[in-house]
Amino acid sequence: MSEPMATTTTTRGLGDPATRLALMSGVSPEPGASKPDSILTVDKIVRQFGGITAVDVDHLEVQRGIITALIGPNGAGKTTFFNLITGFDRPTSAGQGAHWTFDGSSLDRTSASRVAKSGMVRTFQLTKALSRMTVMDNMMLGAQNQAGENLAKSLFKPFWGAQEKEIEAKAVELLERFKLLDKRTDYAGSLSGGQRKLLEMARALMSDPKMIMLDEPMAGVNPALTQSLLGHVQSLRDEGMTVLFVEHDMHVVRHISDWVVVMAEGRLVAEGPADTVMSNQAVIDAYLGAHHDTDLGDDALLSDAAFEQIEKEVAEEDAEREEEQS
Amino acid sequence: MDDIQQILQSMMREAVSPTTAAVALAVIGLNIHFGYTGLLNIGQSAFMLLGAYGFAIMVDQGHSMWLGILVGLLLAFVFALVLGVPTLKLRGDYLAIVTISAAEIVRYVGRSVGYEWLFKLTGGAQGIPGSHYRGPFSDLSFFPGGDTVLLEFNYHDVGGGSTVVRLVGWVVVIGLIWAAVRIGRGRMGPAAGGARAGILAGLIVLTLFGLFFLVPVGAQNTGVNGWWYTFVAWVLVALGLMIVLGLTRSPWGRALRGVREDEDAMRSLGKNVFAIKMQALVIGGLFGAVGGMMYVLPAAVQPDALGRNITFFCYTSLLLGGAATIWGPVLGSLIFWVGRIAIIGISNTYLSSDNYINIMNGQQTSQFAFIVIGVALMLLVIFRPQGILGDKRELRFNV
Repeated sequence: MSEPMATTTTTRGLGDPATRLALMSGVSPEPGASKPDSILTVDKIVRQFGGITAVDVDHLEVQRGIITALIGPNGAGKTTFFNLITGFDRPTSAGQGAHWTFDGSSLDRTSASRVAKSGMVRTFQLTKALSRMTVMDNMMLGAQNQAGENLAKSLFKPFWGAQEKEIEAKAVELLERFKLLDKRTDYAGSLSGGQRKLLEMARALMSDPKMIMLDEPMAGVNPALTQSLLGHVQSLRDEGMTVLFVEHDMHVVRHISDWVVVMAEGRLVAEGPADTVMSNQAVIDAYLGAHHDTDLGDDALLSDAAFEQIEKEVAEEDAEREEEQS
Repeated sequence: MDDIQQILQSMMREAVSPTTAAVALAVIGLNIHFGYTGLLNIGQSAFMLLGAYGFAIMVDQGHSMWLGILVGLLLAFVFALVLGVPTLKLRGDYLAIVTISAAEIVRYVGRSVGYEWLFKLTGGAQGIPGSHYRGPFSDLSFFPGGDTVLLEFNYHDVGGGSTVVRLVGWVVVIGLIWAAVRIGRGRMGPAAGGARAGILAGLIVLTLFGLFFLVPVGAQNTGVNGWWYTFVAWVLVALGLMIVLGLTRSPWGRALRGVREDEDAMRSLGKNVFAIKMQALVIGGLFGAVGGMMYVLPAAVQPDALGRNITFFCYTSLLLGGAATIWGPVLGSLIFWVGRIAIIGISNTYLSSDNYINIMNGQQTSQFAFIVIGVALMLLVIFRPQGILGDKRELRFNV
């Protein structure tokens, strides 16, 4: 474990890559490493579905002000982990040591809406646009602490009229930035899949979150839009926001993330800067399979000799694994 | 022509009757539940019945009318809490199951004769006669005694009430309605703003005058089903509409629709979904309770009169008018109750008399009316699922 550095003062203005590199260079690339200034700290979160343990995370810290990518093969428990820390699901280990804090306050017994209020806003893998409402209404719902959402005040416009104007101005600004402004009066249900992703991200930003959690923001988005989404995510970081995102596309991860956390079968298997993590043997095994170099489309593989070779390798590996476990 | 005038008279009487207004109030409440928040409440009749019981029993036991109203509202409030606390955290279907069962429980408790003290309060299935609690309400009337015909100046005064005058009148009224619809849909006249609203309001007032000119309604000023009852009931409807208009245009109303669309998304935006749903359930229930009080004032508190049927009539009216619209509940209730009377009148006159065709008896005409309404509702749901005033765009994205 490295020594925590006194970098709390530099949380804003991590726009310079060199600063980020210097900040994270002191962190040892191993699962559960402690960060100089962690905004989210997670301890002993276990979620079991019957006999299957979907998530079993012992310790994880997320550094403030940078982009952290959470990667892992399908079924690694990334989304479940997201659900757990954002209050959409309860850990099986609740009350047995499960503990997680966000920005200094404990979230152990907090509902999803409170988590969002405390400044940690998430998006969903399958976008949840409010279909039968206009894009503008979708955006306006994202704002926090609206006086007009109080039933007692809602009938009297003087209580919330001014605030409403402010929120609207902010929504227009964000829509402009995400190039959705000309869709403002359209129903959200009429947007394309990619536009919904943009809308969901913009809506999450309406609440001025400290940390934004994106669940597969690039899934099903065309390459051009991916570029602009990436730009948006990076500019969020440059404005001082913490970003944690789940992603499958390795190019994307390599391109924008400052730190990568790898999950497999519910556990953290590795952590580190993108380039080092991707050459980590555990990650390659978990993520790509031990035979990722073998071209499955190659006809030469269909020869008996090749099969025997692979079988032999598999047997060796199995033996090795058994040895390790015993 | 006299036959037709007779049918029109009974339709008009139904249209202005306090009962129609009372149902419209309950439908306004149901619209908050189902239309705006997406709560599938199949027990609106129970809210009405509780409101009616609270009011009638308190007055019947010698308390003031205002206390009665308060108790009625309080009962509905508690009922909403009791239903909401266990079910609003679950999926929507559970609320439907619980509300319909709870409504039946309320009705059966109301008509039970097992407990002496309860029977003394509710009067069992016979209920509480209206004369026991109507007094204080009628005493409030500031209308002078006697009868009033609305309008005093009607078709009888022009050309001796000749058929031609009436036909011309109807052409004018239909023309006014047509123009109002065109403007309402933005196909004619100013596109938006105060001018459009003013023209629409003017057209509607003119239409009403035309209708009352062609089909004058006469009634006592303060007696049962008289003008006082009609006046109060429709004033309440107008108040209810204003409240709903204010609520749904506020950020709170926006949050309601957000909950209808996707609860998880609302949670991720930091909204307390449970609280919003509970508030909606309570407010809609209070509207139901007021509707129930108004419903029983000209009649009697009979638990069976406020059973499942009323709930389903409310839903029919709501879907007819258009869910999640401001005017839909009122328009739907009017069309539903007036349409029913029209079918009964037509079949009584033409299908059940020796003058024309005689294929059904008096009882069957009423049943026939419901058959026709049922078929009409099916056609409506197939060909215009958004209702009369609904926005078709909303149907394209079924969640």
